[in-house]
Amino acid sequence: MAIFYILLLFMLIAAIIAVETKDLLSSVICVGAIGFGGSLMFLFLYAPDIAITQIVVEVLGLILLIRATISRDLTTITGDREFFGVVVSVAIIAVIFLAGVRVFETLPDFGTPIFTKVPDAPSQTYIEKGLSETGAANIVSSVILDYRGYDTLGEAAVLFTSILGALVILRARSRKLLEEPDE
Amino acid sequence: MKGMTVIVKTVSGWVKILIFLFGINIILFGHLTPGGGFAGGVILASSYVLLMLAFGRQFVEKNLPIPLASKLDCAGAFMFALVAILGIVFGGSFFVNFLYQKYLPGKALNLISAGTIPLSNIAIGLKVGASLFLVIFALSVFCKDFRCKDLERDLNKLASGKE
Repeated sequence: MAIFYILLLFMLIAAIIAVETKDLLSSVICVGAIGFGGSLMFLFLYAPDIAITQIVVEVLGLILLIRATISRDLTTITGDREFFGVVVSVAIIAVIFLAGVRVFETLPDFGTPIFTKVPDAPSQTYIEKGLSETGAANIVSSVILDYRGYDTLGEAAVLFTSILGALVILRARSRKLLEEPDE
Repeated sequence: MKGMTVIVKTVSGWVKILIFLFGINIILFGHLTPGGGFAGGVILASSYVLLMLAFGRQFVEKNLPIPLASKLDCAGAFMFALVAILGIVFGGSFFVNFLYQKYLPGKALNLISAGTIPLSNIAIGLKVGASLFLVIFALSVFCKDFRCKDLERDLNKLASGKE
């Protein structure tokens, strides 16, 4: 259990540095450190599927962010924060914190599955009947592609649509600028 | 972006195929071991990111043309929807695992088991890999040709041209 608190402390320190530092590159690296801490946490919670996905996406996003950062001319943040923005952020964080306290009171302890508290939770059914009903040895796979296939379809649709939008915006603009003759 | 030094090019030339095979392994064994379509697709895309960083954008565009990548993206999405719709045709309801229940039960812990789950994994892996590759390619074009200074200049040019 102590490992989780160490990881949590590490992620908190990285998050504070990422917000407070003036150097963009160190900020990006600290965001990466948060992601790797989260990946380790999933691994210690016996969730290797999520850990693999988290670490792979983290590496890819980190590479992209670093490339986008070091190709800029200006890599340090100048100027102070706006007072109004800080007040709004603190208020929203306080509201989320208060709501989170109420939510976490109803959850079971950190690291224990939900069916120890709720006897007829659906996860119990997945664990008992997953192999015989779907034939997949990896229970996560049987949940996301068989029991919860609609969720995965929605996720795929979200990815498809967002990439469509990103490609339309990025490609059309740069192609138009490239095609224009220089005067 | 002309690529990096000879050392980086040589090492990434050796490593790229290992990363690609690891991604395929993660996708194909998604119903047996940790991993699955999404993680494997991201690994496939990251092998192309490695190539793009080491050899430059033109090399990657020659290797995997952009129209082909978008066709792969659409093929993955179509295949996943097709698996879901075939569930209606053969099994009676959307997303039912008809292969496992009726035609190909397979043996647990074998590669050919679990009916439609490996097919869905392959479809999602194809889709995620191709679409992340497309996004990274578009972002690299964006980073290179689309600096803020150029944007301001071109916007000024457009504004003055219209008036």
